[in-house]
Amino acid sequence: MAGTSILPFGAMTRLAWRNLWRNHRRTLIMLLAISVGVWAMIFMTAMMRGMVDQMVEDGIDALPGQVQVHHPNYRDDPSIENSMPEPLRQFFQELEQSAATGWTRRVRVPAMISSERDSRGVTLLGVEPAGEIALGFDPGSIVQGRFLESETDKGLVIGEKLLDRLETDLGKRVVIMSQDPENNIADRGFRIVGVYKAKLSSLEETYVYAGLGTTQSLLSLDGMISEIAITGRDYRNVDDLLEQVSTAAGNSLETLPWMELDSYLGLMLGVMDGFVLVWIIVIFLALSFGLVNTLMMAVFERVREIGLMQALGMKPSAILYQILLESLLLLLLGLILGNTLAIASILPIQDGIDISMVAEGMEMMGASSMLYPALKTKDLLLANVVVIVLGIITSLLPAWRASQYRPVEAIAKT
Amino acid sequence: MAEIKCIDLCKNYQQGDAVIKALDQVTLDIEQGSFVCLSGPSGSGKTTLLNMIGGLDQLDSGEISIDGERVDLLAKGPLADLRLHHIGFVFQAYNLIPVLSAQENVEFVMQVQGVSGAKRKEKSLAILREVGLEGMENRRPAQLSGGQQQRVAVARAIVSQPKLVLADEPTANLDSHSAKHLMELFRVLNEKHRVTFLISTHDERVMRYAKRLIKMQDGRIVEDREQVPA
Repeated sequence: MAGTSILPFGAMTRLAWRNLWRNHRRTLIMLLAISVGVWAMIFMTAMMRGMVDQMVEDGIDALPGQVQVHHPNYRDDPSIENSMPEPLRQFFQELEQSAATGWTRRVRVPAMISSERDSRGVTLLGVEPAGEIALGFDPGSIVQGRFLESETDKGLVIGEKLLDRLETDLGKRVVIMSQDPENNIADRGFRIVGVYKAKLSSLEETYVYAGLGTTQSLLSLDGMISEIAITGRDYRNVDDLLEQVSTAAGNSLETLPWMELDSYLGLMLGVMDGFVLVWIIVIFLALSFGLVNTLMMAVFERVREIGLMQALGMKPSAILYQILLESLLLLLLGLILGNTLAIASILPIQDGIDISMVAEGMEMMGASSMLYPALKTKDLLLANVVVIVLGIITSLLPAWRASQYRPVEAIAKT
Repeated sequence: MAEIKCIDLCKNYQQGDAVIKALDQVTLDIEQGSFVCLSGPSGSGKTTLLNMIGGLDQLDSGEISIDGERVDLLAKGPLADLRLHHIGFVFQAYNLIPVLSAQENVEFVMQVQGVSGAKRKEKSLAILREVGLEGMENRRPAQLSGGQQQRVAVARAIVSQPKLVLADEPTANLDSHSAKHLMELFRVLNEKHRVTFLISTHDERVMRYAKRLIKMQDGRIVEDREQVPA
């Protein structure tokens, strides 16, 4: 016997499409549910992804760098005793051949800053201004005065919040006090030449910037630094950069990637992918009840017709495909609408939305007050694949039930 | 060809506590090219017998074979193939697919059979013309009268020239003119193409077309005779 007992795909699709619109209201409600669900999957994922990306990027900027080189004991005891000698010229020549896009040398020590009104504990950063900017310091964040101009700049740049706490002003003098390698007090008066505003206000109270040479001079650290920070193109993939820097630095120094320098940030990025999948599946589960109900209703309403198709020679498997195709069309339509809705709602806010009303709470998690939604292709694909795959699996039950009717009983149904 | 052999067919239905004997040891041979009418009161087992022969329901016991192939032993898939390629059904309640037009309904079986689009169109338009529905090809079932819907159902059953047509009260919802036209069409197919017809009916006018008349009562054959058709 020739023939497949299955309708050609075109005819099957036409039949499925028409069946879908037999009950406009029900189909539209289900479409709305799928579209809103898909929108929620994609939109909220983009917001969460944007928030985490922002937290990671801000975190890396604050570290700074995707890879850092230290004295082997520095992480356990980040004191001045664990400084390292400045590397030879060859090290930087090797960096130029590597995946690094910027680097900087720093001295980083705990210090006390005193104004005429108050004193605070801070982290004194002796920096190369150009290198610091290359690693993420935004010159636009200087809200008063200027940033440091050279390694030997005698000025000091502090955060806006610290300025308030110290009850001092731009141009006024403050005293920085710390310890040199011999444990002697090292102090020096600095004039505040610039005030910066950080994305995370907690950073404004912590970091004060001075020229690298000036800081080395203050701490009697000739030719010594605390760290070298290096950045590359993609913070998600630092393996090559890490290997190249590690080779250049040699075994006597410790070279670590950002996710080990700040394990919270690394964990955050790792957990995010799993969280997105769970989020998408949870929304789908809510959707699936509606989908099964819709298909069940559609099948129950057409029992007689399904029996007729079997009587005319359609095999049970062909009935199964027919119902699954209806489900697939419904899902595809919902996905098209949901994706369009999500993209249309993300595009207008891709330059960021101000969430300063809840910024204090966000800051506790290390997020800034601007949220930039990050619409990733892989998240879009994941949402679409989950909806299609789980949607079809969910539809198997009503489709299977339809295929198992006995023709004589189905035809007799009214 | 379509030679039907039924041996000791039994089928009981449970209705509450009662057991209804729909078929009670029915034995029957129908030769190819026959034109047979099944008559009898409601509940006599006519429709059940048609359903059994068409493989739409399962026997409790007995054997049915069509052209030597045991229908009662076939699995769902081969049964579907048998219906698709060899049997045309006409049901009392038209049973058209509401979302398809008249022409699409007629083409449905041919589509499942894998007949090419051009051939399908040619045959469906021709058969619709033959059953008097020219110009109504694009109408959906809801836009057709009961008689017109039944003619579409008949067109669908015979368009691919099956060897056997099983018709359950095909004229029940037709006016006398349409009923006569339909029966003439059946007769032509039977005489020209040797299509076997097995028709369940109460209608005396339909019975007149039969070459053989089988009367059923309480699931049994109580009369089986040849006659000269009108």
